[in-house]
Amino acid sequence: MIETRSLAFAYPSGPAIFSGFNWSVKAGEAWAILGPSGCGKSTLLYLLAGLRRPTAGQVMIEGQVITRPRPRTGLVLQDFGLLPWATCEENISLGLRIHGFYGPDGKHAPLDSKPGDIRAITGHWLKRLGLEDVRRHYPAQLSGGQRQRTAIARTLALNPDLLLMDEPFASLDAPTREGLQNLTLELRAEQRLTTIVVTHAIEEAAFLGRRILLLGTGIEIIENPEAGTPAYRGSVAYQQTCQHLRARLGEANPHSVTAPAGVGAFD
Amino acid sequence: MSKRSLLVASLLLLAAWQLLAWVVGSGLLPLKARTNILPGPLEVFPVFFAQLPKELGAHSLVSLRRVIGSMLLSVALAVPAGLAMGQSQRLNRLFSPLLYLTHPVPKVVFVPVVVLFFGVGDLAKIVVITLILFFQILVLVRDAAANLRPELIQSVRSLGAGRRALFVYVYLPASLPAVLTALRLSVGTAVAVLYVAELYATQKGLGYYIFLQGSTLFNYPAMYAGIMAMALLGLGLYFTVDWLEQRLCPWEYAD
Repeated sequence: MIETRSLAFAYPSGPAIFSGFNWSVKAGEAWAILGPSGCGKSTLLYLLAGLRRPTAGQVMIEGQVITRPRPRTGLVLQDFGLLPWATCEENISLGLRIHGFYGPDGKHAPLDSKPGDIRAITGHWLKRLGLEDVRRHYPAQLSGGQRQRTAIARTLALNPDLLLMDEPFASLDAPTREGLQNLTLELRAEQRLTTIVVTHAIEEAAFLGRRILLLGTGIEIIENPEAGTPAYRGSVAYQQTCQHLRARLGEANPHSVTAPAGVGAFD
Repeated sequence: MSKRSLLVASLLLLAAWQLLAWVVGSGLLPLKARTNILPGPLEVFPVFFAQLPKELGAHSLVSLRRVIGSMLLSVALAVPAGLAMGQSQRLNRLFSPLLYLTHPVPKVVFVPVVVLFFGVGDLAKIVVITLILFFQILVLVRDAAANLRPELIQSVRSLGAGRRALFVYVYLPASLPAVLTALRLSVGTAVAVLYVAELYATQKGLGYYIFLQGSTLFNYPAMYAGIMAMALLGLGLYFTVDWLEQRLCPWEYAD
């Protein structure tokens, strides 16, 4: 589904964040991208989302080179993604209204998108994510968990096939975070989504990622095939994965580049 | 603020005015002027209400038309300019020094110049007030657009929004509170400048009415009725903008 070819990125007047990066993601996979702050994991996500242009190489999704946000890719950010002047309900319907604004042009909205009933779709997601009671609240009146559920509902209302999440639960307290992580698993199964979650939290990567892209020590892919159910959190395999990730991250030294041959380098 | 406390404050102000009028009228103060220069509200109110359906009302409407016209014109000009500057760092770099130099210049001194260019009609008055409102709105709208969080813009772009949709769904609503704040802050100045503008080459408007009654006819109660009308005009506009802000920007008031 996703392929990066010799991808490179550097901020203007900054060092290369990565170069020659090749990676592929199959449809339906659940990835976590884990790494310390400043390792370029959010940048990678923005490149996949089409919100940044690579300095060299390409991001291909479903065979198309990404040069701008792709209509079927959903993005959920850590915070500040909701319109402060729109209610919970208006925020959830925002993407649908934007698609209606342009019509199915294949550029801003998928070619096959139908002018669905915005109210019905919004109502469905309000209900599915338990936001009916706060539908008329503004983001400032919502709890952190409710805000993130609103952001998720807004993205899923557009019926994406790929969901990108950038530290989506980092600012939430532990019980809320775990609840939303479980919800993410449920929604992934329901919507048959390919998911990529960027996180700096080892436990989150181990819980949500069946495959984990570890950045910072170079690039490493860690298989975690048993992840994907809420019960996994209590298992021995989960503990072992966390321990393994912790050990690998502990060795991380952002100044050394030890990329496996042919995979690329993260500086 | 509660309606009750506003009412109490109004009554206090009127009482102070009446008291001062009695003191001045008594001739006890060592004033050089005549003793009839400060009629109290008991004398002015009847004149105000008697004149309102006649001359005073007509002059008030002319003044109101000029202020509203300037408000609409300045919003129409300053909002697009402010949004453009707030969105584009290049435009901002280009125009900010210009703004920095021209913003603090007192626009009221341009009244004679504007009259030369735009004549004696309504347009000249509207242009003068627009000069003042334009800068206030421009600066606040620019800052509102520039201070939008990049995460917000990116996440709305990820929903498919291009430039036009960003404008409709993000920049325009984000600038609305800035526009109303700018109007609220500058409506007092606008009315003050209107007064000055209406002293020039016109026979309509409250400025002209006040000047005529006070300096030509020496009809002080009528002059004060005119001053009252002008004060109420400013106050009414202020309340209207306040009300609009609560209606149009309910998220700013949500607890």
